[in-house]
Amino acid sequence: MKTNPLQGIGHGVLALFGAVGRLALFALEATSHCVRPPLYPRLLLRQMVEIGFYSLPVVGLTGLFAGMVLALQSYTGFSRFSAESTIPTVVVLSITRELGPVLAGLMVAGRVGAAMAAEIGTMRVTEQIDALTTLSTNPHKYLIVPRLLGGFLMLPFLVLVADIIGVFGGYLVSIYKLGFNPEAYITNTFEFLEVMDVVSGLVKAAVFGYLIALMGCYHGFHSKGGAQGVGKATTNAVVTGAILVLVFNYVITEAFFAQ
Amino acid sequence: MSAPASSRAGGANEPKIALRGVCKAFDGAVVLEGLDLEIGTGESVAVIGCSGVGKSVMLKCLLGLLRPDAGSVTIDGAELSANRAAREAAMRRIGMLFQSAALFDSLPVWENVAFGLIQAQGMGRGEAREIAVETLAQVGLGPDAADLYPAALSGGMRKRVGLARAIATRPEIILFDEPTTGLDPIMADVINDLIVACVRELGATALTITHDMASARKIADRIAMIHDGAIIWQGPAAEIDSSGNEHVEQFINGRADGPIRLAVADGAHA
Ligand SMILES: Nc1ncnc2c1ncn2[C@@H]1O[C@H](COP(=O)(O)OP(=O)(O)O)[C@@H](O)[C@H]1O
Ligand SMILES: [Mg+2]
Repeated sequence: MKTNPLQGIGHGVLALFGAVGRLALFALEATSHCVRPPLYPRLLLRQMVEIGFYSLPVVGLTGLFAGMVLALQSYTGFSRFSAESTIPTVVVLSITRELGPVLAGLMVAGRVGAAMAAEIGTMRVTEQIDALTTLSTNPHKYLIVPRLLGGFLMLPFLVLVADIIGVFGGYLVSIYKLGFNPEAYITNTFEFLEVMDVVSGLVKAAVFGYLIALMGCYHGFHSKGGAQGVGKATTNAVVTGAILVLVFNYVITEAFFAQ
Repeated sequence: MSAPASSRAGGANEPKIALRGVCKAFDGAVVLEGLDLEIGTGESVAVIGCSGVGKSVMLKCLLGLLRPDAGSVTIDGAELSANRAAREAAMRRIGMLFQSAALFDSLPVWENVAFGLIQAQGMGRGEAREIAVETLAQVGLGPDAADLYPAALSGGMRKRVGLARAIATRPEIILFDEPTTGLDPIMADVINDLIVACVRELGATALTITHDMASARKIADRIAMIHDGAIIWQGPAAEIDSSGNEHVEQFINGRADGPIRLAVADGAHA
């Protein structure tokens, strides 16, 4: 068969459209099951604990060091033109609007997205998903819905925690290393902070949580070919989850703040 | 507790399960090509055939897990591919033992067995657990096995738990995918005996796919052989030795030479 470069491009484009279409159908089907009974509260609770509670250490540490380095880096830059007093504002705005949601999202994509893809992928290749169907249980409802809802509900909570710890990290460095006045720092932190700054970050978090879970479930659900296939699904879940976090971060920022 | 015997859609001669002209190909590789098989109510049929010939694919078409490219699959005269509701209704009357048992790793043994009772029939967990323990006893597992997780079980125990899960909802139809593969001959015979006992006790219609002749002879009233995507021979289990079909003879005698050519050489340049 002749390989024409145009043919190659055509195949690539068609494959891309096919993949996006399949993903959209999967998302639509799974999401529609979120609002149709029966729901499984027990499974939802387990996912909320798995995603929300067990991600706390990693998300907390990420927030802490992000806030600390932000204060330090801003100080070395801003002191060149005597703008040190804006550091509390820079820290709190950067954390709540951008770094909190994005860093937490990336960490959770690694931790939770991978776990979901591996677990569901293993269930797929060992026929456990087929077994669910033969036991009159819809695998979308039983496996996918609790994870999507869990991600959607718990990421805002995690990001709120990351916001608080991040601001606290900036505070620690500013007070103990840079010699700021504690009361002034706290006053400055809240002076220019608006509700929208925090809310936009939490909206981002909810979207990221949904997307990360969607990627984990989608790649796991469609994995094939034994252990190798599950490994590939896990990698794809993390990579696509992380990329979607970054893309949607831009899209949501534009929706909220671009005039 | 017994299944309703009177709610049958078809007439007296309607087969319980009928596959007619079922075709299935994967990316151009034809697996099933016009497969016909009928199973009467209360009958136990074994389908034999070489590995990779499409026995599991046939079962998955029957379960609606794979959609046939052509042909019809009916249970009690109702077409399965007609709609989702028909498929779901049929699924409630089917129990399935998977080749690898396919137990849920995240649930203890008793919840695996009680899964259909809790999820599909909405039974309370306490009552479902009692029935699960009873069903486990039926397959020779004590109550102390109930709280183990599947990872802690041996192959024979996994098959027994899978069998218990398949019969816990007291289905009218039970499907077995290679129930004895990977077991030692003694354990295989134990499983065969359990299958015969369970099917008889439930009065269920059974379809077993296997390449273990001892198992087929023991479990089945009727044996059918699948080759090249279709049933090439079928007859009473007692007549398998005098089938007069050279494919069947090669298979039951386990000879490498004969009309069945395994794709060993083809694999190299496929
Ligand atoms: N989901 C699938 N996708 C592609 N090929 C498949 C799939 N399932 C089965 N096959 C192919 O169909 C053939 C029959 O498989 P199977 O029914 O599992 O054989 P067996 O008779 O041993 O149970 C094999 O060649 C297998 O590669
Ligand atoms: Mg098989």
